[in-house]
Amino acid sequence: MTVSALALRANATFIGSTVGRKVVMAVTGAILIGFVFVHMIGNMQLYLGPEALNHYAVFLRTFLHGAGIWIFRAVMLTAVVLHVWAATTLTLDSWAARPQGYRLWEPKESTYASRTLRWGGVLLALFIVYHLLHFTVGSAHPDFREGDVYHNVVAGFQVWYASAIYIAAMIALGLHLDHGLWSLFQTLGLQHPRYKRYIRLFAHGFALLIVLGNISFPIAVLTGVVK
Amino acid sequence: MNLTLHVWRQQNARTPGRFVTYEAHDISPDMSFLEMLDVVNERLIEGGEDPIAFDHDCREGICGTCGVVVNGRPHGPRERTTACQLHMRSFADGDSITIEPWRAKAFPVLKDLIVDRGALDRIIAAGGFISAPIGSAPDANAIPVRKVLAELSMDAAACIGCGACVAACPNASAMLFTAAKVSHLGLLPQGQPERFDRVRAMVAQMDAEAFGSCTNHEECEAACPKGITVETIGRMNADYVMASLTVGRRAARLGDSGGG
Repeated sequence: MTVSALALRANATFIGSTVGRKVVMAVTGAILIGFVFVHMIGNMQLYLGPEALNHYAVFLRTFLHGAGIWIFRAVMLTAVVLHVWAATTLTLDSWAARPQGYRLWEPKESTYASRTLRWGGVLLALFIVYHLLHFTVGSAHPDFREGDVYHNVVAGFQVWYASAIYIAAMIALGLHLDHGLWSLFQTLGLQHPRYKRYIRLFAHGFALLIVLGNISFPIAVLTGVVK
Repeated sequence: MNLTLHVWRQQNARTPGRFVTYEAHDISPDMSFLEMLDVVNERLIEGGEDPIAFDHDCREGICGTCGVVVNGRPHGPRERTTACQLHMRSFADGDSITIEPWRAKAFPVLKDLIVDRGALDRIIAAGGFISAPIGSAPDANAIPVRKVLAELSMDAAACIGCGACVAACPNASAMLFTAAKVSHLGLLPQGQPERFDRVRAMVAQMDAEAFGSCTNHEECEAACPKGITVETIGRMNADYVMASLTVGRRAARLGDSGGG
């Protein structure tokens, strides 16, 4: 016999709860953040010349006898789908939680990054589709050559509006990471008052690093540093 | 002081409301915000009109009954201050003041500025207690409590349940409230036996009440008249994850060791 009067609602599940879906968002977010970092580091080989970058591309397509890239793609797709699912359902629930808004509203602690997190995420999803069509499939590329990644990057970014889209998307990514990276620590409960400002600083620094690193590619092409 | 008030008036939960403008003349800067509303109401009653309905009780900032959104801030512009402890000297002569009720689906407007906060009571009823055998009072200090945990628990227990966190949250989330109620018991030895069942039960009730969810804006912390921080939300999240990972572990269940 139990002493406690605590009884859980019968239909309450981890994955159905708000906290559980936030945890899904945080864990998949952490996976995607890891990818974004490695993606940027790998692409830095653009500065080492055509041979290094094209070799890197061959490696990505052939490691684990070609299975590696498909395992990687499956993980990425799963992470993105779960991340978007959690974000969408939580957002709709939160919107429904306030059917009538305030006439006057004055934000105090929230930031531009935190308030634009959702629509920033939608923009990033659209950008990812464009990015895949641009550099992976090649259908959105003016002069796509299968296997010649270096050429594709240089020719792709020489189109000024393509570069503009990438730069704008990276700023959106920076804002998303700035709030998202700090949020994932908070959601998983990995927090302590003493470390809070370090986590915040880490999020700011990481977001800035990703933005600067990634927008350096189109800028390097447009300015002729890489050709 | 002379002020212009834009007040939300709503007859009951079923009829739609609207803003009505009132002129508040000869208001003393030493009045509290609620006393200012009392004066306005006296004049409305004298004029044969229906007074503005608002919740209030202790008027000394400890009961959590009062609470309205004043110019876009729950409980008004002063930090860590309930509406009853807010004084009119926080405003300037000639100011225009917009007064709205807490806005959340879980807080239906009953009349004017009064909302039904029963949802918060139901969250507490779902797990905001400890189960203890009745009998004579236990010896004081029989159970040692680490000082820092006692302090953190008291910080969380300062929650007066006013609902400003929900009102301030862009998602109308009650996570700061729920986390405070989960934390203040979960940090103490007396709260340990039910700690993980408690967090699951209270989060489940919070979700069932159709509150939104946290996106770490921290507006709740800024609006809380008792200064409860979002660290409590992180603590609740960690407990919830641990509770979900270990649920069903027989050895951890209270009562299993009773031996019949």
